[in-house]
Amino acid sequence: MKQDISKLLQKKKKSILEDWMHLQLADAGLREDLMSNDELREQSAELLDSLLKGINDKTINDFNSDEFAPVYEILSGISISRARQGFSPRETGIFVFSLKDALLKTIVTELSNDQGALLETIVSVNKLLDNLGIVTFETFIKGREEVILRQTDEIAEISTPVIQVWDGILALPIIGTLDSARTQVVMENLLQHIVETGSTIAILDISGVPAVDSLVAQHIIKTVAATRLMGAECIISGIRPEIAQTVVHLGIDLSNIVTKASLASALKHAFAMLRLDVKRIQKEKEK
Amino acid sequence: MDRIPILRMGKFLLVTIQIDLYDRLATNLETDLVYMVNKTGARGVLIDISALSIVDSFMGRILGNIGSMARIMDAETVVVGMQPAVAITLVELGLELKGVHTALNVEKGMELLQKKINGLDDEEDEIAANEDSTD
Repeated sequence: MKQDISKLLQKKKKSILEDWMHLQLADAGLREDLMSNDELREQSAELLDSLLKGINDKTINDFNSDEFAPVYEILSGISISRARQGFSPRETGIFVFSLKDALLKTIVTELSNDQGALLETIVSVNKLLDNLGIVTFETFIKGREEVILRQTDEIAEISTPVIQVWDGILALPIIGTLDSARTQVVMENLLQHIVETGSTIAILDISGVPAVDSLVAQHIIKTVAATRLMGAECIISGIRPEIAQTVVHLGIDLSNIVTKASLASALKHAFAMLRLDVKRIQKEKEK
Repeated sequence: MDRIPILRMGKFLLVTIQIDLYDRLATNLETDLVYMVNKTGARGVLIDISALSIVDSFMGRILGNIGSMARIMDAETVVVGMQPAVAITLVELGLELKGVHTALNVEKGMELLQKKINGLDDEEDEIAANEDSTD
């Protein structure tokens, strides 16, 4: 009787798939906008196929066996692609757990005359599918984390633009926290631009930096020192009152660095250093 | 033995380092340069390191030493054309080359030296003029 489970399920595959599809489609949270029904059916059929191939008497209680490797692979693929497409965890969970309902329904009807075997099979199938659920969520979250990691990289890349505000003057607005990795990117970017444009003055605007601690200050001082070594002057602008307070409280010495409250006054200082003068044009009549 | 040529340009000495410096070469350069400053009475030293891609703490110290030595012999030192990677390395090593001026390229370095020397000369002239007037 017992060895029939895999054969029995194999035989009933079609009806299990139908039940499963039915359960999935019946769910209110079905996202037809993200995936068509045909696509869903294809995915479901593929997973069920590999699962039934893997199930036999030996493997049903051992979900780490190699027989299930292709199942996990398919499930991981589906789960990761769903995470990227923007499915919610609930929608992804229903995909797997409705399979359990479909399988159990078939097993209950088929084994109703043997209570012992029924119980044993149900417990095993339950365990197996719970395990599949765990794999689903693990990979789902991994997929999400990959998305987050990629976005973090992109933000780091985007958020360090070097702007040439005048011939010989560069500005670098820093937005977000400065950590070691980011300082490295900022520094390299700035120095590269100094070489490319032949600028002699760089304005480092830190009005977008939420907090300055001793580490961040250290990073800023390093950047200033590096620009000086290149032969350019560095002005720090955008010192907000809170930042001024923390800098003084921490005892950080910024006295040998030119600091300005706003980008405008830093630019003014830069003009003065280059001996440039900004004048309002006099009207003809007044002449 | 390899030596780095030191060129004389009026009041200034010009050194362009075009090969990777090894320690011996660097110490030789230091000695030669100090002798040249003494012999020619140069007022400024310009060192072009734009071709230098690798520095270590020793090189950083030599550059700093040259600056300090030239300073006590009444000559200003300008290091020009430092590569970004070199600048970052020096900062990470904690060498900020105090006492050495820096400029982006040779042209700007020359300008800077000229300005420094002229500024000093003006001051001396002023002092001299003041002394004359008090006499």
